[in-house]
Amino acid sequence: MEAMDQSYSAPLKMEIRTHAEQHIEVHKFRTGAVVVVAVAALLLQAFLPAHLPRVGEFMELPLLVTIYFGLSRRNTSTGLLLGMVIGLVQDSLSSGRSPIGLYGIAKTLVGYFASSIGARIDTEHPVGRFVLTFAFFHFHHASYALTQRLLLSQRESFITWPLLLASLVNAVLAVALFPLLDKLRKRQ
Amino acid sequence: MLAVPSKHRSLVLLASVLTAQVLLLAVQIKRDRQVRLIRVWAVSLVTPVQRAGAWAIDGISGGWRHYIGLRNTSKENENLRAEMDRLRLRNAELEGRAAEADRLAALLSFREAHSDTPMVAARVISSSADAASKTIFIDRGQSDGIRRNMGVITPDGVVGKILEVYKTTSQVQLLSDKDGGAGALLATSRIQGPVSGTGEPALVLKYVSNDETVAVGERVLTSGQDRIFPKDLPVGTVSEVKPGNPFKQIRVKPAAHLDRLEEVLVLLSQKELESLKEKPADQQPAAPTQAQLKNPAPAKGATQPR
Repeated sequence: MEAMDQSYSAPLKMEIRTHAEQHIEVHKFRTGAVVVVAVAALLLQAFLPAHLPRVGEFMELPLLVTIYFGLSRRNTSTGLLLGMVIGLVQDSLSSGRSPIGLYGIAKTLVGYFASSIGARIDTEHPVGRFVLTFAFFHFHHASYALTQRLLLSQRESFITWPLLLASLVNAVLAVALFPLLDKLRKRQ
Repeated sequence: MLAVPSKHRSLVLLASVLTAQVLLLAVQIKRDRQVRLIRVWAVSLVTPVQRAGAWAIDGISGGWRHYIGLRNTSKENENLRAEMDRLRLRNAELEGRAAEADRLAALLSFREAHSDTPMVAARVISSSADAASKTIFIDRGQSDGIRRNMGVITPDGVVGKILEVYKTTSQVQLLSDKDGGAGALLATSRIQGPVSGTGEPALVLKYVSNDETVAVGERVLTSGQDRIFPKDLPVGTVSEVKPGNPFKQIRVKPAAHLDRLEEVLVLLSQKELESLKEKPADQQPAAPTQAQLKNPAPAKGATQPR
């Protein structure tokens, strides 16, 4: 009986794995695409608030890029390293009064968890992207605020109305932006 | 060496990266955020790109402003031009009114200063159709008490005399007319001589001996000898002096703006001056006093100043 079960169950397991592997793809990108997109996001993030204050106030392009590549490449190591680099550069370009590392830590965590989630669930659907971006935005801010509280003894709110609005704006932006970034993927 | 299972490698990496960044934060807190070098590198890398971006944005916004955003400018420009023309006309009209108000104020002030002298204000309505003669028409005539040979002046100086009188208008012969003139004297030396018109803007002072000293810029006043103008009204200033035969050639620039008259005053004092003439020689003073000339009795039938 047990042997029979095994004989029946073995093909079934293989089928499930095959189905999952077909469904959850690991995407690769064109050479230099990740670097170019990350640099562009950082530059725009530093550039836009000076020229379009209302837009720049809500946008978090480096975070969107971290989330996108984490979800798409589904490799936790590269995801967290990309998040760290983007975060540290963003720290470097931020106010001279803020220490370097706050965005670095937050985006490292986002990169890691986005890659982990991307390896487990379908992240290609617009609704999924909207929800994930919304959630990661708040996770990112919570990490940032927590680091500030623990290491710098600065009270940063975890949630505010402007923050909620910004998370919605970025979630909508992600739904529009991610399909454009999809075009940078290498065809399988 | 400690072997790390592959499924935990990313966790170890995460922990390492986080620890490193926490240490970086701790170092900054201890050194009061002295991480200038990292920021300098980052800013140095980003600045050229941002500068190029700013340049591009300026170019795009400039292009928008100067070309695409100017679609309605043509119509707006036409409207603005029309508005500007209208405002120019309005401005010219107001300037004219202001100038007229200034002139009338000067006339009024002059009349108030000589309130005892009967005079009537008149507006210049036209000039002579004959270019050779220097005459003008004023809007006062016989019905206003104006008679021939009455003096016409402005606050600046002597204008001329009434040549012809009609019921409601009069023709004025300007000093600059070929046949125009007035009895005059030099203000400093008191040398007398008639001032005559030449048909040109400048007047000439006649019959001044070559022995007399006449300076350019000297004022020329009415002498009162012509029995038209009271004494000491400004006629003009000496603009040129040349020796002549047998008299000096003295050119006088008129005090009144004879080429752009708009309002004038007509002196209604001719009869009173004539009455001086009619007096016996023993009763007539050698020259009328200033008070007598400036405060003559009103002419019979003359209207009072308006």
